[in-house]
Amino acid sequence: MTSNLLLQLSYLIGSITFIVGLKQLSSPDSARKGNLVAAFGMGLAILGTILFHTHDGAPIGNIPWILAAMALGTVVGWLMAMKVKMTAMPQMVSFFNGMGGACAAIISIVEFHSHPHGTPGYLLVVFLGLIIGTVSFSGSIIAYGKLDEKIKDITGKLLTYINLLLLVLILAALTAAVIAPEIMGESAIWVLLALSALYGVLFVMPIGGADMPVVISLLNSFTGMAAAFGGFLYDNPVMLTGGILVGSAGTILTILMCTAMNRSLLNVIIGSFGGGGSAAGSGVKGDQVVKEINLTDTAILCAYAGKVTIVPGYGLAVAQAQHICHELEKKLEDKGVEVNFAIHPVAGRMPGHMNVLLAEADVPYPKLIEMEDINPQMNSTDVVIVVGANDVVNPAAENDPSSPIYGMPVLKVWEAKNVIVLKRSMRAGYAGIENELFFHPKTKMLFGDAKEMLGKLVGELKDL
Amino acid sequence: MAEFFIENQDLIYIVVLSILLGVEVISNVPAILHTPLMSGANAIHGVVIIGAIIVMGHARSDDYLALVLGFLAVLLGTLNVVGGFVVTNRMLEMFKKKK
Repeated sequence: MTSNLLLQLSYLIGSITFIVGLKQLSSPDSARKGNLVAAFGMGLAILGTILFHTHDGAPIGNIPWILAAMALGTVVGWLMAMKVKMTAMPQMVSFFNGMGGACAAIISIVEFHSHPHGTPGYLLVVFLGLIIGTVSFSGSIIAYGKLDEKIKDITGKLLTYINLLLLVLILAALTAAVIAPEIMGESAIWVLLALSALYGVLFVMPIGGADMPVVISLLNSFTGMAAAFGGFLYDNPVMLTGGILVGSAGTILTILMCTAMNRSLLNVIIGSFGGGGSAAGSGVKGDQVVKEINLTDTAILCAYAGKVTIVPGYGLAVAQAQHICHELEKKLEDKGVEVNFAIHPVAGRMPGHMNVLLAEADVPYPKLIEMEDINPQMNSTDVVIVVGANDVVNPAAENDPSSPIYGMPVLKVWEAKNVIVLKRSMRAGYAGIENELFFHPKTKMLFGDAKEMLGKLVGELKDL
Repeated sequence: MAEFFIENQDLIYIVVLSILLGVEVISNVPAILHTPLMSGANAIHGVVIIGAIIVMGHARSDDYLALVLGFLAVLLGTLNVVGGFVVTNRMLEMFKKKK
């Protein structure tokens, strides 16, 4: 009796820490504490389970093996998390998310293997945990591979139909397995496993870089739901609250991101928006000229400006140019120039990706200004330096209804007096569309690797 | 259906209230914290490890499939929990020292 009380207490405290932790994670001042609070609650709930959980009167067995698995997981997880570079954070989160999904799927498999018969409600919970966990696992691993540039995009109209067909097949198999379990018998679990794994792969495969933040967030909430089904299965309140909190919070975050990119969630799920070049840049005419600028002129322009705004994008992350960016900012401030950073919510490959990168480089937090606050200030800005960003500064989102990104809120950099675009080449961004900003009368292009060019720019500024 | 609802009334309450709570807690987050928040949420759904411990802990000693898969589930769940919290902490550490 006492042990059950202690178990339930550990679960109650665990649930509370998850809620308080998430709440604290939503504010910059308390975020770190929130993470530690949630981690503490997790530890308590795990300890409570190992010590006090009973099933039909039997306590938890196989404890040496459980501890061995946990020790191994702790060492490996710790090392991976400590070694990963800040630029590779998105794929790391995606990877850990996949592990959680796989864990949920395995629970369903073992549970079904031990108890293949039961009420439709029981079967539904087992199978849904399996399907969602598996999709989350295989999808996250593909997302990880794509972000790490190990896997290339595969696009094509056909894939959309295959995905729809797979969804229908999964639903049909699920219905059959729950309502008429005798048809497939014990093979039901393997059929559903195979279909879900394939769906996860094909669902993430065609999705272009621009949609990756949405996908990771969506898969994150999937794993939350899978964990919640585990909670249903074992009548376990802490799994339920933890899983559902993440499921619903993750869904909200996903929807916020879709809105920021003017895209419906359905569109993302079906995977119809590939990185492919189906969208032709209708706003750009062949005879338009691109103006180039050299480093010395850039340095002079910036040094004598009153206010400079830097717009970072994924190119900054790829070039690892966040530290040199901070140096440029300090150099300009020494010369009396006001410098800030304009942060588009979906710049990079995860929401807030740019903030994390710039924070790593010690850029002060108040200098990172969000889109809605900086757009009204654009017309009083002398120079905007766009570093490796593209779609988030594309005027087509405002003035070209035929553009696939039409309606997406963008940084209105063209309202500033001068725009300098630092970019490796004239290649299109992740949405695969041309950017007429590059041909804008106010725009000058500075071609080269972001890190190298900014380094040289800082050098030029020193000589001035 | 009605039977299912009445039998699982407590659980259904937890589900509904947790959904509303999740929405409420998240809705005022500045975009700046989206990545750490997603990462923190990622660590929290690692709570699925408790299911893995239960599966492993109550597996019969001659049921090798359950034992092997259970071991794997605990391992992967631990990766999710430990990796998730450590990565989140690393991200937030960088915000911290600017204060």
